[in-house]
Amino acid sequence: MAREKLVIIGAGMAAGRVLEHVTEAAPDRFDITLFNAEPRGTYNRIMLSPVLAGDKSYDDIVTHDDDWYATRAIKTRFGERVTRIDRATNTVHAERGPVAYDKLLIATGSDPVIIPLPGHDLNGVVAYRDLEDTVTMAGLAPGSKAVVIGGGLLGLEAAAGMAARGVDVSVVHLMGHLMERQLDPEAAGLLKSSLEAKGIAIQCNADSEQILGDDGHVRALRLKSGTELPCDLLVMAVGIRPSVSVAQDAGLTTDRAIVVDDQMRSSDPDIMAVGECVQHNGATFGLVAPLFDQAKVVADTLLGQKATFVQQSLSTKLKVTGCDLFSAGDFADAMGRESVIYRDLNAGIYKRLVIENDRLIGAVMYGDTADGTWFFDLIQSATDIRNMRDTLIFGPAYAHDGDPPEDPLSAVAAWPLERRCNGLTHAPLSYEPLRRAA
Amino acid sequence: MMDGSPVLTRRSTCAYCGVGCGVLLTADGGGGVLVKGDPDHPANFGKLCSKGLALGDTVGTSQRLRAPLVHGRPTGWDDALQLVADRFTQTARDHGPDAVAFYVSGQLLTEDYYVANKLIKGFIGTANIDTNSRLCMASTVAGHKRAFGTDTVPGTYEDLDEADLVVLVGSNLAWCHPILHQRVLAAKAKRGTKLIVIDPRRTASCDGADLHLPLAIGSDVALFNHLLTEIAARGAADQDFLRNTNGFGDALDTAQASDLRVTGLDPKDVAAFCDMWIGTQKVVTVFSQGVNQSTSGADKVNSILNCHLATGRIGMPGCGPLSVTGQPNAMGGREVGGLANMLACHLDLENAGHRDAVKSFWNAPQMPQAAGLKAVDMFRAVGDGQIKALWVIHTNPAVSMPEADAVRNAIAGCDFVVVSDITGATDTARLAHVLLPAAGWAEKDGTVTNSDRLISRQRPVLAPHGGSRPDWDILSEVGRRMGWHAPFNYQSPAEIFREHAALSSIAGTFGKDFDISGLSDLSDEDYDALAPTRWPVTDTRQGGRFFADGRFFHADAKAKLLPVQYKAPAAKTGRRYPFRLNTGRVRDQWHTMTRTGLSARLSSHLAEPFLDINPSDAASLGITPADLVEVKSPHGACILRARITSDVSAGQVFAPMHWTAETAPSARIDALVTGAVDPVSGQPESKASVVSVQKLCAKWYGFAVCQDMPAPTCEYWALSRTTAGYRVELAGRDTPDDWERTARGLFNLPAAQITSFTDPARTLHRLAFHEAGTLRAALFIAAEPVAVMRDYIATRPGEPVDHILTGRTPANVPDPGPILCSCFGVGINTITRAIEEDGLLSVDEIGDALRAGSNCGSCKPEIANLLKTLTLPQAAQ
Repeated sequence: MAREKLVIIGAGMAAGRVLEHVTEAAPDRFDITLFNAEPRGTYNRIMLSPVLAGDKSYDDIVTHDDDWYATRAIKTRFGERVTRIDRATNTVHAERGPVAYDKLLIATGSDPVIIPLPGHDLNGVVAYRDLEDTVTMAGLAPGSKAVVIGGGLLGLEAAAGMAARGVDVSVVHLMGHLMERQLDPEAAGLLKSSLEAKGIAIQCNADSEQILGDDGHVRALRLKSGTELPCDLLVMAVGIRPSVSVAQDAGLTTDRAIVVDDQMRSSDPDIMAVGECVQHNGATFGLVAPLFDQAKVVADTLLGQKATFVQQSLSTKLKVTGCDLFSAGDFADAMGRESVIYRDLNAGIYKRLVIENDRLIGAVMYGDTADGTWFFDLIQSATDIRNMRDTLIFGPAYAHDGDPPEDPLSAVAAWPLERRCNGLTHAPLSYEPLRRAA
Repeated sequence: MMDGSPVLTRRSTCAYCGVGCGVLLTADGGGGVLVKGDPDHPANFGKLCSKGLALGDTVGTSQRLRAPLVHGRPTGWDDALQLVADRFTQTARDHGPDAVAFYVSGQLLTEDYYVANKLIKGFIGTANIDTNSRLCMASTVAGHKRAFGTDTVPGTYEDLDEADLVVLVGSNLAWCHPILHQRVLAAKAKRGTKLIVIDPRRTASCDGADLHLPLAIGSDVALFNHLLTEIAARGAADQDFLRNTNGFGDALDTAQASDLRVTGLDPKDVAAFCDMWIGTQKVVTVFSQGVNQSTSGADKVNSILNCHLATGRIGMPGCGPLSVTGQPNAMGGREVGGLANMLACHLDLENAGHRDAVKSFWNAPQMPQAAGLKAVDMFRAVGDGQIKALWVIHTNPAVSMPEADAVRNAIAGCDFVVVSDITGATDTARLAHVLLPAAGWAEKDGTVTNSDRLISRQRPVLAPHGGSRPDWDILSEVGRRMGWHAPFNYQSPAEIFREHAALSSIAGTFGKDFDISGLSDLSDEDYDALAPTRWPVTDTRQGGRFFADGRFFHADAKAKLLPVQYKAPAAKTGRRYPFRLNTGRVRDQWHTMTRTGLSARLSSHLAEPFLDINPSDAASLGITPADLVEVKSPHGACILRARITSDVSAGQVFAPMHWTAETAPSARIDALVTGAVDPVSGQPESKASVVSVQKLCAKWYGFAVCQDMPAPTCEYWALSRTTAGYRVELAGRDTPDDWERTARGLFNLPAAQITSFTDPARTLHRLAFHEAGTLRAALFIAAEPVAVMRDYIATRPGEPVDHILTGRTPANVPDPGPILCSCFGVGINTITRAIEEDGLLSVDEIGDALRAGSNCGSCKPEIANLLKTLTLPQAAQ
C-alpha cells in the first residue's frame, strides 16, 4: 500500500513534536515532506535567550538535526518558502516546486509585530524571533547601546541577554508595569528592581514616537515625552502575529489565526494546523505547553485516533538568571476573588495566590518559585483548598489537608480536657470506698 | 561567690505560700541562685513544688530597683528617707496620727514586720497598719480568737500524715499548697487516708479525692451546722471534752434551725460526708481562702471549729482544724500584730492592760486606744482624703484589693505615697511619690512563721542588689529620722528578734499562747544557726499541739462554740448581674506575678488570664471555646479568655487573680470584686461577687512573640514570659489601617526586616520581623482566636526565621503543647500522645517514660485527670 503523503509547512517546535509522535507511532505510514522558511530544522526556540546570554550555544538547543530527519526518511525543504496551497489538486507550491499531499499540516507559527513607527525600516531595527535575530544581538560589542521596545517576556529576555554581554540596554514599556499579562504590579516591581540591578534601564508608561537614524542606520529612539535614547541596535519585542497568509490565500477559515476544531482540523478536513498560527475557541497561543498538547492531538488525529484538544491554564517562567518568577492561571482582580500574599521583600520574594470559591485559580510568584508546579497542579485539578488555606502559600510541606486547625485554646489550655474529648465530662467520683469505710 | 569567698549553701525558706518549705540556696557566683528542697526541714523534707523549684528563675535583676526614686528621679537614700520622715511627721502633726497609714504584707519577715508595727502603733501613734493578710487570713484570726481566746493553730502538719480523713474546705490544696497536698496523697497511699473536697468548683484537688461536695458559694456554714446537728443526733459529741467549752447548746440550737438546702448539695453526698467525718476519729479539716474570703468568713471558721470542739477532735495527733495560709509570713505578721486590731504577740490593742504593757515595754510616747482601719476601710479613707500619707510595703493593693479600680484611684489621689518594693514595675509602685528599693528574698535575713507555727530562718545568699536595703533597716531609719533614735537603733535582725521574743514573755504573763521568751537570749550566732522551731518556746514548753488538755485562752480557760447562721453572700445575683464570680489562684503563679511572672517555665502552664464558665451558660450566651468575654460587675469590667468547663456549676464563673496592668490590664479581676467585708474580720468577700458575662465583639485577635518587652495598646492583651522573651495574646475592637506600622510599634522594631503573609479577606495577617536572618518578633492576626502552635512559636525568637509564618512546627516535628510539668518542661500534647499512642495507663508509668510529675508532683492531679478523661471512652466500650 502506498504511503499517505503528509506535508508539513513549518519546522517550529509544534511541528517537531508532531513528527516525533507520528514517526514513533507509525514509522512507515507517511511519506513526509517538511518545509521550513528558516534554513534549518527544529530547535528549541525558547532556549534562544540562554544562547543570547551566552549560557548555551546553538548546537545545544537543536532538537532535530539532519540525521534525525534522514533516519526517518523525512524530505526536508529548509530555507524554502511555500507560495501557495492548491486545495483543488491537494498540492503545495513552493519556491523550488510543488508537492502533492493527502494530509497537510500548517505550522507556520507567527511573525513578530513590527510597530510602524517612523524609522522602523532602518538598519539595526530587529525583532526577537529566530536565530538570526539572536546572532545579531549577540554580535553587539560590549559597551554599545541597545534599546528594547516591549517589557514582556521576550523583550526582557533579550534585554537581559544583551546586558549579560556588556551591552548598555534600555527597555521601554508602554504599560504601567513589566509583564502585565503574567505579573501583578508588585511582582513586576521586584522584577524591575532586579533587572535594574543588572544594569538595565527600564521605563514604563513609555510611548515610542520615532526611530531616529543616521545614514540609514538606527541612532536613537525618541519617546513621546521627548526623551531620546541613543542606540546602536533597536529590538522590537511587542508581540507576535499568527502567520496565516498562506492559509488565508487558500481560502481556509481564518480569524486572528487559522480556525481549528477540537481535533485541530481547519475548515478543510485534509488540512490541519498547529501552534501559534491556530485559533481554538477564540484563543491563540504563544507558550509552548499548549502547543505540545496540540501536537499530540494532531498526531492522534492523523493516525485515526480519537483525540480532543482542551485548553489548560498556563504557567510562565522567565528565563533570566537571578529573576526567578512564576505565574499561572488567572490573577486579575475581580468580584469574588481573594488573594493570599506572602512578602519577604528584603529577600526579593513575593507570592500571591488568587482564590475563588475555595479553589486556587491563579498564582504569581517572584524570587522563590519552588512550589510553582504544585500550585499549578492545584489550579488545574481545582482542588478545594479551604482546609489548607492558612498554610497553602508555604507549599506542599505544610499542606495538612483535612487536619483541624491548631487549638486556639492552647494559650490557656493546660487543662482543656473536656474540649479535647468532645464534651465528655469528668468521671463521677465513686462513693463505693466511702460506704465501706463508714 | 562574687566577693571571692567559697561557694556556700545556706538553709532558707521558700518565698511563696504559708507551707513554709525549707530550701537550700547556693549562689552560683553570677548573681543567680541554685535552689533545692531542704531534706531536713519538717515542712517539706526536701520536696518543693513547681513554684519553689523555679525560685532561681525569679532572682534576676532586670526589673530590680537600684536606687530610691522620688517622683521618678533617682535620689540618694539620705534625701529620700528624710523626705519620708518629714512628710509623715508633718502629716501626723497637721492632721493627726490617723492621717498616716501603713499597708504591709505577709511577705515581710517577722523582724521587718515588728519594726513597722512598733513604729506606727507605738510612735507615730495610730493603729492604721493593715496587711494583705486581711485579704487572706483575717477571718481565721477572728474565728480562732472567738473560739480559743487567741489566734492559735492547734495542730501541726504531722496531723496530715496521721489522719484517716482529710477534709479540704475552700482549699485547692493541690495547686495552692502542693507540698501539703503531696503529704495528704502520701498518707492516702500509705494508710488509706480518705480525702473529701468541699469546694463550689471542681479543682485539681478533686482528682484523687474520694468525694467532692460542690456546695453553693458561701454556704459552708449551713453544711457544718448540719454536721454539728448530726454529731449531736448520733451521740458523737464528746461530753467530757465539752466541759472545757461554753456555748454548745446555743450553737446546736442554731445549727438545728439551719437549712441544709441552701448548699444545693445532693443529700446522699452530704450523708456520705457526715458518715465519714463522724465515723473517723482522726479527721483534719483543712480550710483556706474559700472559707476566709467571705462576708461570713469568721462564722464559717467557727462552724468548722464547733464540730472539732464538739467531738474533742483537736490538738491530738491526726485530728483538728488546720488553717493553711497563703503567704510565707502571714503567721509572723499575726504574731507581731501587723493587723489593725492587734498588738504584738497576739495581744489585743483594745485591751487596756495589754496596751499599757506593750507601751511601757517599748517606752512608747503614745499608743492608739482603738483599732485602726482595716484594709478595705483604709483605702476608702485614702480615697476620701482622711489618710494623707501612705506607705505600702511589698504588696500591690492597686491590683489585689477588691474594687481595685477605686483603690488604684485612691492611691493615685493620695497626697504622699511611699512604696517599698524590689521592682518599680507594679501597678502600685507606678503610683508612688517615693519608691524605695528593698532587698529581695535571697538577700534578706530574718525569720518567717508558717501555717503550723514553725519559725524558720530566712538567710541571705546574695548581697542586696544595687543600693537596695532590708526593710527593717529602712523602717528603723525612718523611725530615727522621725526623732525616735533609741527605740529604732537596731543593728541587726537578731537584735529585733530578741526584742520580739522578750516582748512575748508579756503575752505569756497574760496567759496568751504566743510566748517565745525562751529565745529572747539567743546570741547572734544562735540566731543565725536557729533550726526550724515551733512556738511556743518557754522554760516549760516547746512546740507541740494546743488544746488537747482542754485549756484555752479565754479568761475562763474554756473554748467557745459559736451559734452561727448561714448568711448569703452580700452581693445578690439578678437580671443585670446573673453570675456569681469566684476567684482564685493557678498552679504556677503567685499573687500578682511580680516574681513568678519572671519565670518562663512557670508562665507556660497557663499563659493567659481566663474565665471558667459552665457549658450550659456558654451555650446560652453564644460563647465558644477561646472566645474572649467581657465580664462586668458594679465595680468594674474585665476582658478574659473563656474556658468552657463543667468544673464550675451553671450560674458560677471562676477567674484567676494574678494578672495586673503590667501583664494583662483588662484582666485585673479584683476590679470586679465587691468591697463587702465580713463584719467580724473585715476580710473582703473576694469569691462571691456578681457579674454579667458576654462575648466580646473583637474585630481581630492576635498572638505575638518577641525578644524584648512589647508595648501593646489594644483593648485586650496578656503578656507572658518565655525562654526566648515574651508571648502576648491580643485582641481589638478596631482594625488598624496598617498592620506593619502597628506591629513595628508593638515591638519597637522600626527598622527590622519584615516578612509577611496576609489573607485580607479573612483578616489574616502574619508578620515576622528579623535581622540578619534571626527572628526578633512575630505577630499573628486573625478574625477569630488565632490558631497556631503557640508553644512552638514561643521558642522561635532569637532563632532562624525559617517558616515561622506557617504558625506550625516544621513537618513531622510534634508540638509539645502547653507545659503541664514545669519541672521537666513536658507539654500536654506529649503526655496525651503517650497515653493514646503508647498506651501508658498510670501517673507512675508516665513519670517513668516522660519524667513528667516525677519531681515536685504538682502536676500529678492534672496528669491523673488527663488519663482518666482520655482512657474513659475505651473503658466504656
